[in-house]
Amino acid sequence: MDVTFTPEEEAFRKEVQSFLAENLPKLGKTSRREFETKEDFLGWHRILAKKGWVAPHWPTQYGGTGWNVTQRYIYNEESARAEAPALLPFGLSMVGPVIFTYGNEEQKKKFLPRILSGEDWWCQGYSEPGAGSDLASLKTRAVREGDHYIVNGQKTWTTLAQYADWIFCLVRTNPDVKQQEGITFLLSDMKTPGITVKPIIVLDGAHEVNEVFFDNVKVPVENRVGEENKGWTYAKFLLVNERSGIAGVARSKKAIERLKEIARAETTDGKPLIATDEFSRKIAETEVELSALEYTELRTLAQESKGQMAGPESSILKIKGTEIQQRLTELVVEAVGYYAYPYDRFFGENEYVPGPDYAEAAAGNYFNMRKASIYGGSNEIQRGIIAKAVLGL
Amino acid sequence: MDFSFTEEQTLLRNSVQKYLADNYTFEHFKKISRTEPGWSQKDWKQFAELGLMAAPLPEAYGGLGGGPVDVMVVMEEFGKALVVEPYVSTVVVGGGFFNHGGSDAQKEEWLNKIAAGETVIAFAFAEPQGRFNFADLKTTAKKDGSGYTISGSKAVVLGAPWADALIVTARTAGGQRDAKGVSVFVVDKKAKGITTRDYPTVDGLHASEIAFENTPATLIGTADDGLKLIEQVTDEAIAAHASEAVGAMRVLVNATVEYSKTRKQFGVPIGKFQVLQHRMVDMFMNTEQSASITYMVTLKLGEGEVERKKAASAAKVQIGKAGRFVGQQAVQIHGGMGMTDELNVGHYFKRLTMLDTLYGNVDHHLKRYAELG
Repeated sequence: MDVTFTPEEEAFRKEVQSFLAENLPKLGKTSRREFETKEDFLGWHRILAKKGWVAPHWPTQYGGTGWNVTQRYIYNEESARAEAPALLPFGLSMVGPVIFTYGNEEQKKKFLPRILSGEDWWCQGYSEPGAGSDLASLKTRAVREGDHYIVNGQKTWTTLAQYADWIFCLVRTNPDVKQQEGITFLLSDMKTPGITVKPIIVLDGAHEVNEVFFDNVKVPVENRVGEENKGWTYAKFLLVNERSGIAGVARSKKAIERLKEIARAETTDGKPLIATDEFSRKIAETEVELSALEYTELRTLAQESKGQMAGPESSILKIKGTEIQQRLTELVVEAVGYYAYPYDRFFGENEYVPGPDYAEAAAGNYFNMRKASIYGGSNEIQRGIIAKAVLGL
Repeated sequence: MDFSFTEEQTLLRNSVQKYLADNYTFEHFKKISRTEPGWSQKDWKQFAELGLMAAPLPEAYGGLGGGPVDVMVVMEEFGKALVVEPYVSTVVVGGGFFNHGGSDAQKEEWLNKIAAGETVIAFAFAEPQGRFNFADLKTTAKKDGSGYTISGSKAVVLGAPWADALIVTARTAGGQRDAKGVSVFVVDKKAKGITTRDYPTVDGLHASEIAFENTPATLIGTADDGLKLIEQVTDEAIAAHASEAVGAMRVLVNATVEYSKTRKQFGVPIGKFQVLQHRMVDMFMNTEQSASITYMVTLKLGEGEVERKKAASAAKVQIGKAGRFVGQQAVQIHGGMGMTDELNVGHYFKRLTMLDTLYGNVDHHLKRYAELG
């Protein structure tokens, strides 16, 4: 048992730090209101792709960095500490690993380099209006006609589909068997005739998710990943991957630092808010929970480094990680007092929002973060997984 | 022991309910809160016609002689409909300051106007450094002939874009946080030296940042001794907003229970899952406890200062915690739908969130309650 870093690992940390210090300022954008266009989201991705660091978790033959678990941990921690923009997971963490694990050689050649470079923007066609927590009940139908599947149906909560070049979808290819056994994993070009994207505005006013409609959409059979009717296996593989990234320990650490800065700047009865028992205890409580989660994650990573796949325990990371993220946004709202009121999206990009900078979007982030206990398998579903798969109940 | 309403109060509730059901739909709320000027003068006039402004005010000044219970009735219905019009700041806060602190001439002038719906009043008290402490004031007022002039600035003045009068707290003596030396003024919104910056709030209201530079102002009550008056009036406002929160929570509980009966996953309505049943029971209990404490504070507003303050702080604590739980869980159980702007659920959650902040959050009132012994 050892959690100290070797001199080599410390040297690696220095390398990451200096890369971040040199390259992050090139982005020139920080506030939430400034992340609006496709290029805003892709800027950091492109810088990392150039450096070869955009997909540390991929096997080296497909463009991974070949870092060990500790190096990846250091890299994530430093990126979060430097407040590097989060990369979109849909290509890098979701469909990418599915393709290099289950796809054929042609698919790997066609798609993986374009995910790495940022050329293709992917979105996720999983949920449907009638299939949320019960994902396997999905109804979007794909019928084989010669070299194509004809797809009809509707996906929803599709994050940033308005920018997407490609969508990976779970579709029903056999309605006559057990739900899980009639699902296929298909990749569709978003420009294919018959695909329509309709925006959904969420609580904080953001256009973050969409409905995606399929009306007689022709998808070539070569865009099927793996075997027909075996899509559920790939879907579950992807969901477990999605969950392990979801803990967000490094980012929550940064968020706690931010919260402390806010609590130092805010005053109550002439003294800093952080000097009050009630608020400092709340910060401390959250920090303690996060410390435990960090070590839970490290234990999972250590297992992974021995070649064991993340199991149902990754649900712990999802539940606790999102609860902490939500709690932190809640505490920011408490900390900023009345300046949680102004609706930040009313103001133009260069306009001054009333109140201190750190209060801007406090309420918006809090409202928006409520999604975290819903997406990626709701926290109720995750508890169900632990109950069933871990405790055997 | 009797918690029933008088015939007048029941009639009042029925008429508010009917008006809102016919005119103040969720679509109406979204439309008016998102287009200039952000509120509906037509609805405001109708509220006055229905006697809602007059209901709690004294008969001698154009009121109907009711009291806090009438406000409670109105506000619960307003909470259910997400009403944005500045009823509390005008009738409860504005009316309260003049009623409890105003001279006979001020009562005559202002209460009659308020009761008739002819004025809109906003309460400018918050300052960035002061957080929830009403006495922490950098805004100052100094004597100028027979009146005063005010200089300083106020943050997040709810309803100010529509107001024609502002109630402003300012320091007339003492150090920045002294209890003594706080005074309350009424200021004409069009008076000289006022600059405002108007904006919408996250919960569908509108507010302003306001700066005063030697702005003429008229004192309400006794100079330097305004803090007691401020606490009394804001405790009354707390009771009113508590009732608003209860209205919002009731809508969320009903909407969530209904949704859980119709939304099917895994072949059954999600309301069949015990984990969600218990969650909804907790939402329901939180709402009932909040309704109870709203009765308590409403009935104790007329009691001694300590009793009243404790009741108001107790209500803020209960409502703040319950509002958060009920709001968050309503969104959670609605799943993705709860996250959308299209569905009403998220809007109640947002209103409840901001009601926790207004006049001090849970932490502030727990401390205030404890310090009262």
